[in-house]
Amino acid sequence: MQMLHIISTLAWRNLWRNHRRTVIMIAAVSVGVWAMIFMTALMRGMVNDMVRDGIQSLPGHVQVHHPGFRDDPGINKLLPQTDQDIIDGFATGGFRAWASRIKVPAVVSSERESRGVTLFGIDPERERAITFVADSIVAGRLLENVADTGVVIGQKLADVLDTELGKRIVLMSQDPQNDIADRGFRIVGIFDAKLESYEETMVFAAKETVQKMLRVPNRVNEVVVLGDDYRDVSRLRNRVAELSGPDVEVLPWDEVDGYLGTMLSVMDGFVLVWMIVIFLALSFGLVNTLVMAVFERVREIGLMLALGMRPANILAQIIVESLLLLVIGLLIGNTLAWASIAPLAGGIDISAVAEGMEMFGASSVLHPELIARDVVSANVVVIVLGFFASLSPAWRASRYEPMEAISKV
Amino acid sequence: MNIVLRLAWRNLWRHPRRTWLTAGAMVFSNVLLVFMISLQFGMYGLMIDNTLQAFTGHLQVQAAGYKDDLKMRQVVPHAASLAAALRAELELTTIAARGAAFALASSEDRSYGLQIFGVEPEFEPGVSNIPGLVKQGRYLQEGSAAEIVIGAVLARNLRVSVGDELTLLGSGRDGSFAAAVVIVVGIFDSGVPDLDRSIAEMPLGYFQDVFYMDGAGHQVVITTPDLSQVAVVRPQVERLLPQDSPLVVHDWDVLQPGLKQAIQADLSGAFFMYGVLVILVAFSVLNTQLMSVLERTREFGIVMSLGLTPGRLGRLVLLETALMGLIGLLLGALLGGLLTLWFTYHGFAYPGMEEMATNFNLPARFYPQPSIFSLFLGPAVVFVFTLLSALYPALRLHWLEPVAAMRAA
Repeated sequence: MQMLHIISTLAWRNLWRNHRRTVIMIAAVSVGVWAMIFMTALMRGMVNDMVRDGIQSLPGHVQVHHPGFRDDPGINKLLPQTDQDIIDGFATGGFRAWASRIKVPAVVSSERESRGVTLFGIDPERERAITFVADSIVAGRLLENVADTGVVIGQKLADVLDTELGKRIVLMSQDPQNDIADRGFRIVGIFDAKLESYEETMVFAAKETVQKMLRVPNRVNEVVVLGDDYRDVSRLRNRVAELSGPDVEVLPWDEVDGYLGTMLSVMDGFVLVWMIVIFLALSFGLVNTLVMAVFERVREIGLMLALGMRPANILAQIIVESLLLLVIGLLIGNTLAWASIAPLAGGIDISAVAEGMEMFGASSVLHPELIARDVVSANVVVIVLGFFASLSPAWRASRYEPMEAISKV
Repeated sequence: MNIVLRLAWRNLWRHPRRTWLTAGAMVFSNVLLVFMISLQFGMYGLMIDNTLQAFTGHLQVQAAGYKDDLKMRQVVPHAASLAAALRAELELTTIAARGAAFALASSEDRSYGLQIFGVEPEFEPGVSNIPGLVKQGRYLQEGSAAEIVIGAVLARNLRVSVGDELTLLGSGRDGSFAAAVVIVVGIFDSGVPDLDRSIAEMPLGYFQDVFYMDGAGHQVVITTPDLSQVAVVRPQVERLLPQDSPLVVHDWDVLQPGLKQAIQADLSGAFFMYGVLVILVAFSVLNTQLMSVLERTREFGIVMSLGLTPGRLGRLVLLETALMGLIGLLLGALLGGLLTLWFTYHGFAYPGMEEMATNFNLPARFYPQPSIFSLFLGPAVVFVFTLLSALYPALRLHWLEPVAAMRAA
């Protein structure tokens, strides 16, 4: 115990013998750690926003479909259970939120233009907790109930169709017998989504109205369920599978949207690579500093060895010196990172490159996200790898031959 | 050899370990920079080429406002003859006229909304690679036959093959009802799901009949021999447009704003990381050079009292740094080049890249292209920062008092 005290006192004092060198090295470690945490928070923020928006815009956390739906998303891939059975069954599930819908490709026409879109037949009450659309109405209202005869479209679609709130549009799709099914709707609401492509391609109508139009009473082709955390959906998936019976496909969101799921795991790998790269760039300077520190003290180390200090203690002393330096750098780096991220919590406006971010599937406001796990891994990477990097110079210092070392010029 | 140069070189090798560690930090950063920059710029080039060659071309003549609204009535009058005139005047064959409309396409089993382009079969291959990607059947032939070429995904969704009929329903230029029955003569497979799902082409003459275009089109597409020619060709095209017409010429970055912005967003993220690496190297160099100056205080004191000016000594220190930087630059560029070269032959991929790549029209395995630019940009910046960070140690010499310095410990 006393030995430890002596070693750390020695290490601490040695650290400040050449204060310039130590300060520069601490500055380097601080900048490195700051960059690790700051960059990671930015990337996490971007991906999290993407996933959250993605889940809100479509998939929920878990989806139930006919097994052939993903390959051919049409009206004849209905779920085997009736909508009423699904509603009764899922009501017992205790989920945070869920909804059954109809989702079909359709063509929408105004007096002037037509466009291809995806038509959603929804239960507005249930969707309120799941999709973005309820919070994004900028004109008019959301659908009122499952039998509402109005339709809600995006701002961009209204523009290209040359139409507006209160006007009529015609939606055309097909029924399960492949006959054309169409119906006129009055536009009762306009929504404004984060991604322009949603505004242009998503059209929402009431579920029963769409069922009537497509001649599929009491049937749906999609159920979405929302759990508590998007990172952990396997239990939720199993629970949903129990309720939805045989002959259906139950998929978590990261399998429904492969891009988002991949993005999340690629990001995990990338964060670690980034931290290690930064550390390696730092490690050259760290080893260099230690090598110099040992070199300057060869005679002194020789003397201590000659006086009976054990080589292991010399080794420990150098390593403690290196760790002290890293810890100070980490403290400053973490503080810097926190201080630079906290004021940005409201989001960074990057709308200058909004359409580019849309290619990534991200929106134009970036919310940096400081995750405890990332901060911990940055610190662990620096301390653990720093320990290994200091082993070699420390080992060399402890292996000096006392007599030779003392007489070194 | 110049005496100063010889001195600098020898000084450098007084502490070979320190010199190598510092140069090592440079080499490490340089290798990373060379590889990453080759990868990045290669990727951007491919992204631009793949996206533009598929369909957009480098320049387009459109009616003012058409780009944003895509309305049927925003036409280019006499599109085919305008394209012919441009071909003759610019002596460029890669110019073609197109019309565009949305329609509901129905096969026996299915209906989907899609975007239909009327194209000039003779000239379309010059501005788009879709004609070359027809995998089944053939591309359109000249004239105004009731024929259509569709994407592979759409063909699968509609369950049609070559020789089948499709019914098209849409609205014409004046908003009136437009309908046609066409025969599928070819199916293309571009590998870009968006194109393969939502685009079809038919001969311009027939397109103009069906959609009441009265000889008009919506865009004249121009592909220049390469990207750098765009700025040269654009004013020529503008000069050739009819006087007082509402027509405008758009560059590729206006037609595909997402593309340029995605590149910018990616670049700014990457440059942040590169910047951090460079700063860490600079710290390393600063530390080393400061140490090497401080440990020579006595020596410098002696040579200064013998008449050497601080300016010359400062240049000596800078020269030492430059030599070390040169080692880092050459080794880094060499090793980075070799690493890049290896990937040029074997391709580069990381898990998850496949899903991400299709979002940006990129192949799943990527072959970076080293160039003089990518080989030396990173190392050159590192070199400059190396020299900058040696300024402080070099300038410190001006404050050195020869007598005090000679007595320094």
